[in-house]
Amino acid sequence: MKPGFISFVLDTAFRVLVPFTLVYGVYVLIFGEYGPGGGFQAGTALSVGVILSKLIQGKEKAQFNIRGSMALILAGIGTFIYAAVGFTTMIFGGKFLEYEFLPIPVHELTELHVWGILGIEIGVTICVMTTFIAIFSALTGEEGPFKDA
Amino acid sequence: MKKYAALLTIALAFVFFYAAGDLPQIGDKDSPANVHVSPRYIEDAMEEIGSPNLVTGVLADYRGYDTLGETTVIFIAGIATAMILRGKKEGDDAE
Amino acid sequence: MLDFLTNSLIYWLFAILFLLGFFGILANNNFMKKLMAMNIMQVAVIIFFLLLGQKLGGTLPVIWGTDYVVEHYINPLPHALMLTAIVVSLSTTGVALALMMRIQDHYGDLEEDEILRRMNK
Repeated sequence: MKPGFISFVLDTAFRVLVPFTLVYGVYVLIFGEYGPGGGFQAGTALSVGVILSKLIQGKEKAQFNIRGSMALILAGIGTFIYAAVGFTTMIFGGKFLEYEFLPIPVHELTELHVWGILGIEIGVTICVMTTFIAIFSALTGEEGPFKDA
Repeated sequence: MKKYAALLTIALAFVFFYAAGDLPQIGDKDSPANVHVSPRYIEDAMEEIGSPNLVTGVLADYRGYDTLGETTVIFIAGIATAMILRGKKEGDDAE
Repeated sequence: MLDFLTNSLIYWLFAILFLLGFFGILANNNFMKKLMAMNIMQVAVIIFFLLLGQKLGGTLPVIWGTDYVVEHYINPLPHALMLTAIVVSLSTTGVALALMMRIQDHYGDLEEDEILRRMNK
């Protein structure tokens, strides 16, 4: 018996939906400065991918799985990345989130802005994605006293 | 109770419909929202930030401190959900 | 009449959507229905903000090319503000659902008058 899959329809739906949703989320994050996109949208798309994976394959056996407790830790890390970029610019002599003072070797000054925006958007993406996964797993009772509900 | 709710809603409806007459026409290029800050964003963002997506530029660079607050709000909402639901259930104190 | 259709009708429609949510919050007795009405209200406010950023003949605020004028791109500010508002509304909805699960667990009901009766007992 194949582990995790329940029926042919769910098997096909998983294979069609989930990998493309995750890849599209990463694309929206990376491409967010040159086209429509950004950190919040990418985080929502990635969380939808993981939640669909949990819904289709079950909470324990899901292939793209982030457990609820791990998700909360990652959400804190995402917010920390955002603040860390801000404090890095402060350490190197600028104001909070003033990207010209980032310690990256570049040719033009505006390139530093692009790197700074990419850094904080990675933080936003991790925070939004894992927060929604944490809310989902708390509401569906993955851990904690509402397990039977 | 529903009667008072309906009366209050109708009163608010009159206020809204009266105020809608003074709002700018849809798509107006010279409405106050479109002439105050945003022309500077559209003109200078390319030289100052180098990011063609203006929404990302405004969100992450001009108003980056704002967005840090929003991210913190989302993070706190996630923690609050987990803390509300992971405490002990009522009547579980015996174990 | 044409002036009304082009000028105020869209604002009237979203005022009606907002009022639907407002009436739903006041008149419904069930907390779940109140939350749904609150979300309807939120959507009305968000779309109202986006309406104010529109420009006739403008395209989306992603710059293509080197020579451009301000009138060609719609206002990016309402989009940036409402983007975060949508995500925050989603997470606050999660908090509200968690609180409702606790209320259901404690009182065994989600009707407002029933909960008030049991609180005062």
